[in-house]
Amino acid sequence: MPTSLTVIADSLPYLLLGTINTAGIVVAAMLLGLLLGVCIAVGLVYGGRPVRLLLSCYVWFFRGVPVLVLLFLFYFGLFTYLGLPFNAFFSVALVLGMTTGAYQANIFKGAILSLPRGQFKAASALGMSELQTIRSIILPQALRVSIPAWSNEYSIILKDSALAFVIGAPEIMARTQFVASRTYQHLPLYITAGLLYFFLTWLGVAALRALERRLRIPGYTHGIQ
Amino acid sequence: MITDTTPILRVDNISKCFGETCILKGVSLSLRKGEIKVLIGPSGGGKSTLLQCINCLVRPDAGEIHLGEERIDLASKADLCRLRQQVGMIFQDFNLFDHLSAQDNITIALRKVKKLGKREAAERARLELEQVGLGDKAELYPAQLSGGQKQRVAIARALAMDPKALLLDEPTSALDPELIGEVIAVIRALAAKGMTMIMATHQISLISTLADEILFMENGVIVEQGSPAQLLTSGNPSKSQGFCDRLNDLADGGC
Amino acid sequence: MLTLSPFYQELLAALNQGLLMSLALIIPSALGGVLIGISAGALRVFGDRWVRLLGDGYAALFRGTPLVVQLFVLYFGLPNVGVYLSPYAAAVTGFMLCSGAYQSEYVRGALLSIKRGQYFGAQALGFTPWQTVRCIIVPQAVRRAIHGCGNEIVYLIKYSSLAYVVTCMELTGEGKTIATEYFRFTEVFAIIGLYYLALVSLAIFFLKKIEQRLYIPGFGHQ
Repeated sequence: MPTSLTVIADSLPYLLLGTINTAGIVVAAMLLGLLLGVCIAVGLVYGGRPVRLLLSCYVWFFRGVPVLVLLFLFYFGLFTYLGLPFNAFFSVALVLGMTTGAYQANIFKGAILSLPRGQFKAASALGMSELQTIRSIILPQALRVSIPAWSNEYSIILKDSALAFVIGAPEIMARTQFVASRTYQHLPLYITAGLLYFFLTWLGVAALRALERRLRIPGYTHGIQ
Repeated sequence: MITDTTPILRVDNISKCFGETCILKGVSLSLRKGEIKVLIGPSGGGKSTLLQCINCLVRPDAGEIHLGEERIDLASKADLCRLRQQVGMIFQDFNLFDHLSAQDNITIALRKVKKLGKREAAERARLELEQVGLGDKAELYPAQLSGGQKQRVAIARALAMDPKALLLDEPTSALDPELIGEVIAVIRALAAKGMTMIMATHQISLISTLADEILFMENGVIVEQGSPAQLLTSGNPSKSQGFCDRLNDLADGGC
Repeated sequence: MLTLSPFYQELLAALNQGLLMSLALIIPSALGGVLIGISAGALRVFGDRWVRLLGDGYAALFRGTPLVVQLFVLYFGLPNVGVYLSPYAAAVTGFMLCSGAYQSEYVRGALLSIKRGQYFGAQALGFTPWQTVRCIIVPQAVRRAIHGCGNEIVYLIKYSSLAYVVTCMELTGEGKTIATEYFRFTEVFAIIGLYYLALVSLAIFFLKKIEQRLYIPGFGHQ
């Protein structure tokens, strides 16, 4: 199939630019998710009843509704309704970030609860305030043990980002679809797209494994073989 | 007719290699009814592998196994199943089935292997559990039992199959010191009832008081065998006595 | 009497229609996914070197690429080589293969977590290999895998919405049509969201019930 190979060769630079956009969406979403996830997790563990209830609802909602439906709801629905001038790229990052925030909250909550209770007591005994304890004793430990689960979350969000094409964000899938609709070389092009995602998954997981090794402290061996 | 001198279990020239390293180099032994043989010797000497070869959990490379007057065909699955039904095995780490209660650990083998009815199997299981002092723990799962209790359930499970002989592979060495006593008591009771046994152990009290014969294994061969009276007298130059002296030193906390 | 406006009447009728289609996608996909997962998981543990390699490759492929890409290959790509699938067939095939790959991961983990001693214990009592598998291995593996496999079914419910991208008219597709027609995205997708929340919450409830029924000390989750 020489035609298909020429099509792939010709469109590869265009697709690679899409790959950069995909990477941008995923990195932005993961960072937003990290911020949201940490705050929600701390609220879920240490917050009062109303706070916990509210945050639980958030988590339940974002974990129970499909990403596709969320994208339609926010991009075509709420953002337009509220008159927010968000473009497709920004909207996708925001929606994916809020979704992974709910999942990451559960990861961090589990990690915090897995720490021995003595850690909190020991910090209080040294005269640290609650906030200081959470920031400098609890979170550094909890985040470390969360890296393997976080890397799993990365690969999920990367794959979910492929849905961004439905609202026209210029990432891998949107660009592949664009080329495919003009050249009719659907099969080779979508396989190429699959390989690009495969590559990004591998890259991210390898990077996070390296991060895990760098942050390694004797005694924290979760997830390292 | 099987006369009293016919061994109920005989092992001839068993050897077993894993790749280059040979764990067993032609070991033979025979067991008469009611006899208790104790395997001692340094770790890695082949005691555990020998026991596992005797009921073919590890298939021997060469050698013969006779159960009564019948020679076991090591290639026949039916023969192996029959052998294992008649030779019970107690493991160092118990190997209770984790998803079954103490009682069901016993009944499952009775029902599946011996094809007993449900009621019959349950009654037998109850009886065996009471024998090892666990009549009140029948409904508990392995995760809810202490190590000593697990090992007693494992012994009850093996006994329920009415084995002709019992193989015990360091039955007390995975236990906390304070739990060893209850398992030793059960093993002593078995010996008193005339159970035929081969036991690998480092438990000095079992070695000297229970053994009819001591087999000292080293580098895959039996290098010394004899009764405790022959081998274990203080000042005896035997390897067995030396080994027991060292165990005693450890037990006393001396160096 | 509460009467709904014509818009909501039309919307709910369409969504209920779509719900039936969603269920028709989810149920066979979940069953097929579990079956594939069990087979692939078992082969990845007990198969010989080549079978294991093949199984690992399958799992890596379907777990490493987005489900949308898989669906596009099946629906838009295969016609390039003369294979035409209906939207429904493409969606169910994609869901089954993808879900099976994830399920196989849990099955594999569950089988690997069973200690060698369990096999030894059974053999020493005279169990045949088949009896060992049926009475000892399967009951333990089921309990170790059920939590992960259940989660995977919950994911499948949500990802069934992707059938929309290969033009299979289920909940999301039916809703999108109405939303576009009336240009009322917020209400429509909020209500679709509630449908999925109900489905997911129901599934979680029943899966938890099953897990509780199968609970045995030492095999619990959390």
